[in-house]
Amino acid sequence: MSAVVAEHDDHHDDHDHGPQKGLLRWIITTNHKDIGTLYLLFALAMFFIGGIMALVIRAELFEPGLQFVEPQFFNSMTTMHALVMVFGAVMPAFVGLANWMIPMMIGAPDMALPRMNNMSFWLLVAGVLLLASTLFMEGGAPAAGWTLYPPLVLQTGKALPFAIFSVHLLGISSIMGAINIIATIFNMRAPGMTLMKMPLFVWTWLITAFLLIAVMPVFAGAVTMLLTDRFFETSFFDAAGGGDPVLYQHIFWFFGHPEVYIMILPTFGVASTIIPVFARKPLFGYSSMVYATASIAFLSFIVWAHHMFTVGMPIAGELYFMYATMLIAIPTGVKVFNWTATMWKGSMTFETPMLFAIAFVVLFTMGGFTGLMMSIAPSDFQYHDTYFIVAHFHYVLVPSSVFILMAAGYFWLPKWTGHMYNEKIGQLHFWMSVISVNILFFPQHFLGLAGMPRRIPDYAIQFADWNMVSSIGGFIFGVSQLLFLYIVIDTIRGGTGEKVSDEVWEDAHKHGLEWTLPSPAPYHTFTTPPDVIPTEHQ
Amino acid sequence: MSTPGAYYIPSKATWPVLATAGLVILLAGFANYLNGASIGPTMMIVGFVMFILMLTGWFALQASESESGMYSAQVGISFRMGMMWFIFSEVMFFAVFFGTLWYTRNLSVPWLGGEGIGAATKELLWPSFDAVWPTNGPGHLGGKIVDGKPSGEFESMSAWGLPFLNTLILLSSGVTVTWAHHGLLAQHRGQLIKGLIATVALGFLFVICQAIEYHEAYTEMGLTLGSGIYGSTFFMLTGFHGFHVCVGAIILSVVLFRSSIGHFKPENHFAFEAAAWYWHFVDVVWLGLFIFVYIL
Ligand code: HEM
Ligand SMILES: [Cu+2]
Repeated sequence: MSAVVAEHDDHHDDHDHGPQKGLLRWIITTNHKDIGTLYLLFALAMFFIGGIMALVIRAELFEPGLQFVEPQFFNSMTTMHALVMVFGAVMPAFVGLANWMIPMMIGAPDMALPRMNNMSFWLLVAGVLLLASTLFMEGGAPAAGWTLYPPLVLQTGKALPFAIFSVHLLGISSIMGAINIIATIFNMRAPGMTLMKMPLFVWTWLITAFLLIAVMPVFAGAVTMLLTDRFFETSFFDAAGGGDPVLYQHIFWFFGHPEVYIMILPTFGVASTIIPVFARKPLFGYSSMVYATASIAFLSFIVWAHHMFTVGMPIAGELYFMYATMLIAIPTGVKVFNWTATMWKGSMTFETPMLFAIAFVVLFTMGGFTGLMMSIAPSDFQYHDTYFIVAHFHYVLVPSSVFILMAAGYFWLPKWTGHMYNEKIGQLHFWMSVISVNILFFPQHFLGLAGMPRRIPDYAIQFADWNMVSSIGGFIFGVSQLLFLYIVIDTIRGGTGEKVSDEVWEDAHKHGLEWTLPSPAPYHTFTTPPDVIPTEHQ
Repeated sequence: MSTPGAYYIPSKATWPVLATAGLVILLAGFANYLNGASIGPTMMIVGFVMFILMLTGWFALQASESESGMYSAQVGISFRMGMMWFIFSEVMFFAVFFGTLWYTRNLSVPWLGGEGIGAATKELLWPSFDAVWPTNGPGHLGGKIVDGKPSGEFESMSAWGLPFLNTLILLSSGVTVTWAHHGLLAQHRGQLIKGLIATVALGFLFVICQAIEYHEAYTEMGLTLGSGIYGSTFFMLTGFHGFHVCVGAIILSVVLFRSSIGHFKPENHFAFEAAAWYWHFVDVVWLGLFIFVYIL
């Protein structure tokens, strides 16, 4: 996209402060790299905690009948697993990447609002702690599903107000983070870094940040009404008072559908960053990527009721939401086509980040296709609330968002730490993950089509075989992730010992400013703005 | 780091993490209170005091940094963008409640009355329900207390008494804050301060009128949070708005205080602008409320 004539770093230690000493550094830091690291490590920890919850679910479902946990606790696990993964792992991980990479990619000294940056991280921690505390409360953690539908969710025990306030805190945290990202991108770009020269990762985050600011308050409003319905006698979701529980579903999904794009757009951005580097070609169709991202974001606001086809909407609503949803496949297809075309006739190599990125393109497409199947309203009556849905969204989240997060880790860890990760173990991690993730989720399509409902601890005997296969896949997948944990720790502590160059990957400097910085990247990024010289690319 | 022209990056921040602690204690306290745990109120007070102290410290720091010229024009732009997007998030928050009002009035209440997809439901469940707005639903929830029991009868709030007065109050406060801004730009400090005093006074006057209105609603009209969907939407919308008026008036008071000790210059007065934008936002929301909640 753009290369740089770099002269940073020389005047680094004039009156410049490095990091503070000791633990306090991490608590009061305003540095985008420190905060990025905090976000990433926090997300990694949550990934394992959420993962353990998933394994509780898969252990229980290994065989029909109740084996290990009470049904109520099982339902808490599905609910908490989803909330922890969405709000504790995937979203924070992408915010962490944004913190680390956006200033480096656009030639800025730091994020635009550093103090607020600090606060948004700590609010995240506070929110997740509040949520986790509900596990130990009378009546158990919320068990009505991550969508928190009334009237069921109003039967939650003591946990309800805690869960609701946790949503508020997480919302404030996300909004602050998003505001910071938007201000950084609009206000801190180096001279010459025009909008249409920005790396796609920056573009996708710009649009994601907009989605966050638009929909997190909507979710906050929805749960506030749950709170008042339960504690202050209102009847928003109670037909006896003239309200309607379906209203909650509309509001939730007005948030919820953009929310799934909040998790996938940055994924697209990272994929668009990694694939060109290992294909040794510029990204195919840069501007169409930008427009496709923007159209997906726009469409994501007008399709929400495809989650509610079976709720009893007027027929005009069913039809409208069906066609609108199908439209999303178009810009999504543009993207898949562009990634493929980027690889076409490239001189590709298959380092771990690229392997994950390629797996993403293939497996995400499968998730997109099942999405398209479910967008057909009459068919969705069959699929809705079955394991088919579970398979769909896990394909677009695990081998997509999560795989790309892994890829990002392998791709940028050398830049962050100055150390090279162990490629052999990386490849092993990839192959274990990609095989087991399919053993885990592919059979769930069959289960769903055969009619197995989601969110149940026990099931009819005919579903036994595929559930067992799925659980085995789940355990292999879970164990494989320990390899990733090992690699992260090992790389931070020195990795292979090999000295990594500034550009890390062959010719990476042609693809972005971040590769012109030393490895590890200095504590303060661009103390003076770099010159952005557009390359012959495009 | 304070080289002129350079983008100011504070090297550390102690206030944010403490503000977070205050906020989470406040909310956990509130949750405990709702669950009937006796520790709740104490936690709420501690958290609230912490939160306010931290905010005070944080804003005082920002103000002194601003006055000592540490913020370049570019930093000012970041602040302004931050404020604009924050207000946008608030717009979306209010949009939820306006959307709720729209949905219940135009869809769910008519359905309960047997329109469209609701025909069978009405016949089977509530054959006698008459779907007119305002309503407290087929269950006739809440309402005036008669013989110690809610009667299900309530009155809706008319637009042309206190609410209309409040509209005039808020609209004029929009004028006075603009007048104060002109004073600031023309370096007429007297005008700036007078304009702000008037704005803050009008803001609190609004809150007082609303308190009177609420009191009347609860004691005389049988209109409470519990009187069905009309009461729910009415109090949710006007309540959150009133809360925002309070916050706005407090922000403006801080700006007034800073003006009185000589802060702000024509070319550097972000805090004033932010407060004024916020105030106009609150104003516009009120106009929406006046039309959709009171008049229609
Ligand atoms: C071509 C694009 C897509 C289409 C057409 C599509 C369509 C749908 C439809 C119709 C449903 C509702 C199914 C039902 O409940 O009966 C659904 C559920 C879901 N989708 Fe997608 N989807 C697409 C992409 C994505 C992406 C990219 C993500 C996330 C990254 C995602 C995440 C989810 C989730 C989490 C659910 C389930 C929510 C729940 O009920 O808990 N989808 N999708
Ligand atoms: Cu959706």
